[in-house]
Amino acid sequence: MDILITGLLLGGTYALIAMGLNLQYGMARIMNLANGEMLVAGGFVAFWFWTGSQISPLLTVFVVAPVAFLLNWLIYLIFLRPLVKRAKSRGQLEVDSILTTFGLSFVAVGLMLAFFGGDYFSYSYLSEPVHILGDTYGANRVAAFLAAVVICGLLWLWLNRSRAGMTIRAISVAPESARLVGIDVRRTAALAFALGGAVTATGGALISTFLTLDASTGVIFTLKALVIVIMGGVGDVRGTIVAALLLGLLETFVARLVDPGLTLAAAYLLFVVILLFRPQGLFGRPTT
Amino acid sequence: MSALSSRDWGNLSLCAIALAIAACLPWTAGAYGLSIGVTIAMYTALATSWALFSGPTHYISLASAAFFGVGTYVTGIGIQYLPYWTLLPIAGVAGAVMAALVGLATLRLSGVYFVIFTLGLAEFVRQIITWSQNISGTKGIYVLTSIGEMHIYWQLLGLAALVWLLGWLIGRSRLGFALRIIGDDEAVARHSGIDTARAKILLFMVPGAVAAITGAVLAPRYVYIEPSLAFSPMLSFQVVIMALLGGTGRLWGPLVGVIPFTFLWEAISVSFPNQTTLLLGVCFLVIVYLLPKGFVGLIDLANKRMRSAEGYV
Repeated sequence: MDILITGLLLGGTYALIAMGLNLQYGMARIMNLANGEMLVAGGFVAFWFWTGSQISPLLTVFVVAPVAFLLNWLIYLIFLRPLVKRAKSRGQLEVDSILTTFGLSFVAVGLMLAFFGGDYFSYSYLSEPVHILGDTYGANRVAAFLAAVVICGLLWLWLNRSRAGMTIRAISVAPESARLVGIDVRRTAALAFALGGAVTATGGALISTFLTLDASTGVIFTLKALVIVIMGGVGDVRGTIVAALLLGLLETFVARLVDPGLTLAAAYLLFVVILLFRPQGLFGRPTT
Repeated sequence: MSALSSRDWGNLSLCAIALAIAACLPWTAGAYGLSIGVTIAMYTALATSWALFSGPTHYISLASAAFFGVGTYVTGIGIQYLPYWTLLPIAGVAGAVMAALVGLATLRLSGVYFVIFTLGLAEFVRQIITWSQNISGTKGIYVLTSIGEMHIYWQLLGLAALVWLLGWLIGRSRLGFALRIIGDDEAVARHSGIDTARAKILLFMVPGAVAAITGAVLAPRYVYIEPSLAFSPMLSFQVVIMALLGGTGRLWGPLVGVIPFTFLWEAISVSFPNQTTLLLGVCFLVIVYLLPKGFVGLIDLANKRMRSAEGYV
């Protein structure tokens, strides 16, 4: 029971991070391998505000999200739009964007190393016990989970109910036809990319309340988010949430019962199983 | 396969002479020069074999470090029981089998899955080895041999020559022809009866085997092997950069990238040891925006300009 709840709490936070990547890969069609660095940067800002002036990470989010939105929007305009323009095929764009975002991720790691150094950073926020069904959990994990649930819920509502959300889903499903009904695909893609970055950075600020991060851990989160997005189905919000919860549970099981050093290996194994049996994702329809 | 023309023979003998000159390095250069030579030979073997697969297929493999690490562990564990010379083929087979398994899981799907899979592979194998070491209670492995820097250099040079020979043979074979069609348009290749997944898996076994052998050759140089050293992810990225910087369109392309990058990397590591990651990132961006076809592309462009200037078009 203890493992189950810890796993769900972790999975909820993962869902937020993966949602960010899903907006970027599923909707804006950019495989962003610098996603994890955005998360670490969000964590850094939360750390900085907390140790500097005791501002709660739950409030920092309101600073992190707009800044990350702007930053990602600029990244899309400066680095990625030229690639989208010059790409002759989807494959070409994929190779180019993978190399570019890889480059950006290394640049981000290099800059963060230069500014913050290579040390691990963690801080103690809300580290009081909370009792749920007879077991105790850290209040910071519960708070992060609740915040993630609220943000995921709002995002889901926005994507399904609002006009802007509909256009984003439209370019995800059929980028060619979306043009015919008067959607500005390029602007909407930039919007989805920026929004995805903002969501991921928010996830980073939340996750930093209970996990220890350092400048080069970003790639591990990128990998986990990718596994979740592919498992849930690219562009599928519901699938992403289910997959994130599954991964959170699996990781907690492995860490508690086998060895805490094997969490990424567990995620990876899950990835292999998905690739072999359901490459289209949990809820996806098979494609040819 | 067609017979060799006189031009082919000429090129072959030129290559042999260049190789013989390169083999004299241990007597002409000092200890530092030789260590640079080892680095260049090592990355030439890795980057050329990488380009053999990724050049025609456009799949970016980030698995070099995983195969390399497996190779170092083959030497590290095997040296206690087997003579050194049997270890290199064993490492090669281990790398090829691993590459085939990875290929079977991912190469039937789109390129993105392959990139992600290979990105995590080194970390996955590293965690498994660290875990099994924790269970068995051992930490690192000592590799104590009488193999010197000079011997490592010659072995790597021989390996690089083998890779070139193999690449040249593949280019002349049916497989090479099939790969060129896959590279141009995979749908066309499938419709003309080419088993694209099989061709890609076969070809991916080449960099897998070569990287594992390279790791096995370099293990004596490290003396002490531990997972974080053997599976350093930086290796995969450096191989990708060097190959793309040189250009994957030609067999000698990666070499043109390896040599300048090795010197640049040395200079940066000496004067700004903390900024190597930043440099790596900038190199990726330079390749995508300024040198999409690598140095080879620049050379081809210059050649074309010269010829058109002389009126040979």
